[in-house]
Amino acid sequence: MPTALYRVIVALLLLLPLAVHADDARDFAAANNSQQATLLQSWAAQPAPARVELINSLQQGQLTVDGQTKTLRLNNRLRGLIDTALASHQLLASDPKLRLSAAQHLQKSASPAQLSFLDRQLAGETDSDVHTALSLALANLQLVDPDPAVRLAAVRLLGETGEPLARTRLETLLQPGVETDATVHTAAETSLSQVKRKLMIGDLLGQAFSGLSLGSILLLAALGLAITFGLLGVINMAHGEMLMLGAYSTYCVQLLFQRFAPGAIEFYPLLALPVAFFVTAAVGMVLERTIIRHLYGRPLETLLATWGISLILIQLVRVLFGAQNVEVANPAWLSGGLQVLPNLVLPYNRLVIIVFALAVVVLTWLLLNKTRLGLNVRAVTQNRNMAACCGVPTGRVDMLAFGLGSGIAGLGGVALSQVGNVGPDLGQGYIIDSFLVVVLGGVGQLAGTVYAAFGLGIANKILEPQIGAVLGKILILGLIILFIQKRPQGLFALKGRVID
Amino acid sequence: MNQPLMVTAAQKAGPTVTTLVGGLVLLVLLALPLLSLLPADSPFQVSAYTLTLVGKILCYAIVALALDLVWGYAGRLSLGHGLFFALGGYAMGMYLMRQASGDELPAFMTFLSWTELPWYWVGTQHFWWAMCLVVLAPGLLALVFGFFAFRSRIKGVYFSIMTQALTFAGMLLFFRNETGFGGNNGFTNFRSILGFGITEPGTRAALFFATVLLLVVSLFLGWKLARSKFGRVLTALRDAENRLMFCGYDPRGFKLFVWVLSAVLCGLAGALYVPQVGIINPGEMSPTNSIEAAVWVALGGRGTLIGPLLGAGVVNGMKSWFTVAFPEYWLFFLGALFIIVTLYLPKGVIGLLKKKADQ
Repeated sequence: MPTALYRVIVALLLLLPLAVHADDARDFAAANNSQQATLLQSWAAQPAPARVELINSLQQGQLTVDGQTKTLRLNNRLRGLIDTALASHQLLASDPKLRLSAAQHLQKSASPAQLSFLDRQLAGETDSDVHTALSLALANLQLVDPDPAVRLAAVRLLGETGEPLARTRLETLLQPGVETDATVHTAAETSLSQVKRKLMIGDLLGQAFSGLSLGSILLLAALGLAITFGLLGVINMAHGEMLMLGAYSTYCVQLLFQRFAPGAIEFYPLLALPVAFFVTAAVGMVLERTIIRHLYGRPLETLLATWGISLILIQLVRVLFGAQNVEVANPAWLSGGLQVLPNLVLPYNRLVIIVFALAVVVLTWLLLNKTRLGLNVRAVTQNRNMAACCGVPTGRVDMLAFGLGSGIAGLGGVALSQVGNVGPDLGQGYIIDSFLVVVLGGVGQLAGTVYAAFGLGIANKILEPQIGAVLGKILILGLIILFIQKRPQGLFALKGRVID
Repeated sequence: MNQPLMVTAAQKAGPTVTTLVGGLVLLVLLALPLLSLLPADSPFQVSAYTLTLVGKILCYAIVALALDLVWGYAGRLSLGHGLFFALGGYAMGMYLMRQASGDELPAFMTFLSWTELPWYWVGTQHFWWAMCLVVLAPGLLALVFGFFAFRSRIKGVYFSIMTQALTFAGMLLFFRNETGFGGNNGFTNFRSILGFGITEPGTRAALFFATVLLLVVSLFLGWKLARSKFGRVLTALRDAENRLMFCGYDPRGFKLFVWVLSAVLCGLAGALYVPQVGIINPGEMSPTNSIEAAVWVALGGRGTLIGPLLGAGVVNGMKSWFTVAFPEYWLFFLGALFIIVTLYLPKGVIGLLKKKADQ
């Protein structure tokens, strides 16, 4: 029964455009390729609301004539023309969003034949966004207007925008022999430099933003490392694997939500945060008690032992979850982005991670500076023996601090799962960078880590477009080596009088 | 007395047995290439696979020895020795590629539609210049890096991390096609070396001999060094650098010398490794490889000369067996090895043997 009903509905739908605009469809079916193109152009210049259905189905590659649907073989030129015609028709729609996207499409593809239609639409347009977009689309066409005054106005209008497309248009205009009128020519030059400046600002802001984003990820990765290194004097090579465990915890939480609470799946990252923190903190504390505790005072051996731990953890995850990446999906509220400038979109997940990283820093600062545990941690960092003499239980402090450092890495893992691939090798990619952050920032002060993480992140992203990612990394490494010449203890060092 | 019987036996036996065992091993190593030249139906014939495998392990043993000089004696753990090894290998690879392509450009450059050799390839068709590069490339890099690192007295984990970052950066650089070293495929398809076919049994045997020779020479060099005053200064440097400075020594020169020497040894090992294995790619520079070298040294025993050789042999022998028999569990085993050696064998296997002998 439902199948029958469905068939009837489909048949009716198919008949609908036929009834209204049977002629257009028939014309199109009868025409050869070049005639079809002419037809589409004339439709684009004089859109009629009744034709929307037909063009919509053409865009799908379907044509219905007299109740028979056939699949069209379209070439790229026809496809482009169909899109333009569709956009032209959508300008008549009542939904401002649809009109806006249509106007934006026409900025790229409008043909001179549509000029008068666009002019009329512009006069009747009420929505201000659509109005701006339309006037730009119109300005693009008016660049070839025979009247210099119209061209001048169009050139000036294009100068107001920061669209990447406006630059190419103006550049074509400025090619020798294209523009004959001197006033328009100078105006075009001014507009071009205006557009270029706006684009450059957008690019720079974009780079700065990706730098901030990278910096916040480095910060999450390096913060825990800096705490354990400051406290115990050991570099935890398994720290990257704590990130990885955090990301896999997120994956498991997502699976649980899919299984038991599909309705609330939007909010799984929120639950993943505490889960990841406690899982990684527990792993960290177990490692500290069983292995690392026995190696205090021998930093190089600790380095090797923790490397061994990291190998085992990686292989364990490979055996349990497979060597392939697992899929961790962004919830809807983390996908998409904020359009700030025509050439600058800030993705929500990266924005959230920057805020999240700062929140973690603030919490860590509070923990280290306003609690008893923090006081103990700082005391042991500064002078282990003296702290022990004053009754600080150094063993317990070591364990808790190691757990804290690992837990922060787990939180970082949740953040990483939202921006990158989650696989067994996840941690390896970040470990060297986070070491460099610790080396640059120095230990014992949170501020050092924060400055170093954002500094390295921004430097990386600013150098990347200039000299390439790899050379940028090498240059930064060289700079760090030179920097350590001046400040062997990093940016922020605790002053002490101890010498071995 | 709860230790393996073998250990106890070795402890009781003393230095004469050690010399004897060492001599025996050397004899076997010298005999191997000769046996490989026997006809295939002979019962004593050694297959090309075995010879290549042992040759490869010997190259790693040289790396372990070189690493031991800086770690075991001077107390600086380098996690970037794979870079020097690979640089030596690439220098040799350049010569082999030129041999294989004759007057034409190496094949990978033709694929990139390059029309001429980059400047750093100039002269690599000559064997002697390639040999110079084998020494110069790792040596100069070590000199520059070491100069800056030791000038600011970077030590401990800082030094390890910087060297690790260095080899990581090198790997990224060599992965790029534009660098001119074949990108991630590296160099392969070698044909001949000094006019001899690279896969011929005679060439293989000669390369093996050269490796054994280099190993013996570096062992002798290390032995001389360790017994000299220079070696004592290095040990002092490892144990109490500040006190050494208060005594009026400037440690920078000592550190720099042993660091560069170690890098050059690695480069030479790499140069012998490439024609035997037949391939060099940026994977050799990955930080993982360099850290693995550290566990060879740690297992065998730091600060001894035989220990690293033993460690390299044991770990790599295990690796070739494990990765065939239980590929899933090799990383578990290697990880556990790292932990057990650092927790229970701080002086390595040799330390275990020595402990009782000293008493």
